Amino acid sequence: MTGYDLIVVGAGIIGASCADAAAGEGLRVAIVEPGPIGGGATAAAMGHLVAMDDDPAELALARYSLQQWDAFADLPEAEFSRCGTLWVARSEAETRAITTRVARLAAAGVDAQAIDAQTLYELEPELAPGLCGGMLVPNEAVVYPPRVARYLVQRAQARGAQLHGGRSARKLERGSVVLDDGTRLSGPALIATGCALPVLLPQLPMRGRKGHLVITDRYPALLRHQLIELGYADSAHGDADSSVAFNVQPRPTGQILIGSSREFNATDATVSPAMVRRMLERAFGFMPVLHGLQGLRVWTGFRPTTPDGQPYLGAVPGQQDVWVAAGHEGLGVTTALGSARLLLDLLLQRKPAIDPTPYAPSRMAA
Amino acid sequence: MTERYDVLIVGAGPAGLAAAQAAASHGARVGLLDAQARPGGQVWRHDVRRAAPRAARKAIAALHQVEILTQHHVVACEDHALLVETPQGAERLTYGALVLATGARELLLPFPGWTLPGVAGAGGLQALLKQGWPIAGKRVVVAGSGPLLLAAAATLRAHGARLLGIYEQAPAATVNAFARQLLHWPARAAQAISLRARLAGVPYRCGSIVRSAHGEGQLGAIEIEGARGVHRLECDQLAVGYGLVPNVELAGLLGCAMEHDGAHPQVQVDSLLRTSVADVHAAGELCGIGGLAAARIEGAIAGHAAAGDDEAATALLPQRAQARRFADLLRRHFALDPRLHALATPQTLVCRCEDVTLAALDGFTDARAAKLATRCGMGACQGRICGSALAELGCFPRGGVRPPLFPARLATLALAESEPSFSDEYRGN
Amino acid sequence: MNLSGRVRLTVNGQPVEVPAGASVAAAVAHVTLQFRRAVHGEPRAPLCGMGVCFECRVQVDGVAHVRACMTPARDGMRVQTDD
Repeated sequence: MTGYDLIVVGAGIIGASCADAAAGEGLRVAIVEPGPIGGGATAAAMGHLVAMDDDPAELALARYSLQQWDAFADLPEAEFSRCGTLWVARSEAETRAITTRVARLAAAGVDAQAIDAQTLYELEPELAPGLCGGMLVPNEAVVYPPRVARYLVQRAQARGAQLHGGRSARKLERGSVVLDDGTRLSGPALIATGCALPVLLPQLPMRGRKGHLVITDRYPALLRHQLIELGYADSAHGDADSSVAFNVQPRPTGQILIGSSREFNATDATVSPAMVRRMLERAFGFMPVLHGLQGLRVWTGFRPTTPDGQPYLGAVPGQQDVWVAAGHEGLGVTTALGSARLLLDLLLQRKPAIDPTPYAPSRMAA
Repeated sequence: MTERYDVLIVGAGPAGLAAAQAAASHGARVGLLDAQARPGGQVWRHDVRRAAPRAARKAIAALHQVEILTQHHVVACEDHALLVETPQGAERLTYGALVLATGARELLLPFPGWTLPGVAGAGGLQALLKQGWPIAGKRVVVAGSGPLLLAAAATLRAHGARLLGIYEQAPAATVNAFARQLLHWPARAAQAISLRARLAGVPYRCGSIVRSAHGEGQLGAIEIEGARGVHRLECDQLAVGYGLVPNVELAGLLGCAMEHDGAHPQVQVDSLLRTSVADVHAAGELCGIGGLAAARIEGAIAGHAAAGDDEAATALLPQRAQARRFADLLRRHFALDPRLHALATPQTLVCRCEDVTLAALDGFTDARAAKLATRCGMGACQGRICGSALAELGCFPRGGVRPPLFPARLATLALAESEPSFSDEYRGN
Repeated sequence: MNLSGRVRLTVNGQPVEVPAGASVAAAVAHVTLQFRRAVHGEPRAPLCGMGVCFECRVQVDGVAHVRACMTPARDGMRVQTDD
């Protein structure tokens, strides 16, 4: 029997952030991960650090977390690039909505500005003609999530955390976690297994929302900002069985990462040629130059999605000493650091910097 | 945009050409596609300065009623269909039966300096020469392992290179034992004697390996470790290859079962060269390195079977067994010296696409974990070079294959017409 | 191709003549052995000669990342290697 102050199950970006934060507090931490560190949704993610303004709780957590990401700006492992986010408007209606969005972001402390069509093309000359303008959020950035997760786990290890690599948690028993090899780790458990959450916590509903991404060879300077269509939120927050949106990212390598798609009810990880086609055609519509670029890889991933779109952060109702941090849908990388901080505050019975109520797992028991 | 074939053959080398001829003899509509600009594959690659070997000319001339689809790159596969990219655009080719004749590539192993311009594969430099690469008067060293070195050297000399020597890693005793065995294979013996005659005066040293390459911006010299110690040799070009690795990527994408010969996977086939996937046949090097004779006979077997004539295919099986015995002989005598696995230093780049050193891979036991942490294998070659090298070095096996099979234009990837998915079990980048 | 069975193209602005059927890789080698710059800036040249290693990538008529060894040289082509 080995005793810990916190046993983190899952070393994706969420679990890694929690383990790092816990070890930073001086807690004795165990980390359980069956696969590569950050090998699930974390590896499949775009790594865009972005504030979405259309939901106050989501915005609060994103804003809180983004402040903490600034500490990683000079970390080589993060491959941090402050490219900014440029939201692109296709119609006058979308343009009109920008004022509200800028105001909402400003209220949350995020600097954003409306830009006209001329400025849009100055910023991104390869955009298709006929676009109406957009919104620039200059301080947002992109990172490389699996390496960050690995860095966080290693930093936790340097502070004494024990990594149980290649091991999965078989079950939770009163006050302990039993691993697949029979090892019993004793202490409070934090479940951060994303889409696999129901394996250990079936009472917390979770669905995988499949996404596709395509990455190109290196084309330095072709693209400067993360570009997203303003209609993206309709895809991200809508309930449609499947949707695509224009969402492209300049990697620090000069590669271009092209998204995005969302599918419920797609459970296998195979690449769907039809979805790739829909997603690429959407992207071609906004950026015709993409047609001729060399695509290197296509992959899929699953966003862990809760019924109300808010993550589960806090104590699991009805289970003593079991905590959860999972279900961040497409914003897990953005909100990982803030989620970890919030969770540690709850665990250590301190007052969190932001209101934890919207993320309380107990809302599912109600 | 969609073409239908009874029998579609991927790879127009000796195996694919033989398969096309056999399949077409039954009246099937046959498509023979290849990524190269001309049929012939590697061993019969067209030479811009010299006439093709007679066997190659005959094999290509024998193709009646076969559509030869050159510069066709397979990008992805669906149920009984391949998505291909051509210089003109993209196409979908459907088939009743598919014959994979994707051949092999060279095994290229990392050593200090191997990224310098001027260092190429042995077969690699031979292929470049045949396409007009200027070599006349250049000082060239050939090194690595196997009879391919002699063939490459002969091409080099015919193109006017100044051959400084051929350095075979296998020890003299085993090379001599191999030569004695050739007495049982008269055609092979004659071929070897003819090659040696064409290479008269060129030093052939056994038990010798190239330890490192040196130069500023391009190759200037190499260091060779032989029976009598280490010496330095100034040269302009090094052609170094350690044998062949089956090209199994398309087979893997189709879901064909693999077996292993040493560190590298090859396609598992039954006696009539059917893979584990219905209507997919395989012939030649991708079923295990077997050489030209085996490729030709296997191509014919697979072509007959793909066209539905198992009897004609079965009749050729004894010839296949004979050809494969020679391959076993080769494998036994040109096994790689373990010293070759230790040439790369911690600072040597292993992944040339992403500039990842051997040291960066320290501690990883899994290709995907290594890729996520270091970018190793993430580049344009999709891990073909570093993945095979790391498998040979005993680090970890190459990761899974997924579409696109080769980098492809995004417009091509957007062509997919049908819902059936790419066969792909891979997640994350 | 012209009547002489030769192909004329430019590599980094320099005129080059190669036999018909020759590859862009061969044409480039008449001018320079430095085809592409690797991630950390080192020069690279063809390794495998058969389309596998992607070390020979050059720009052809404005299109980046073209494998020189897989591309037949054609009259009037403009080929550019990395600086």
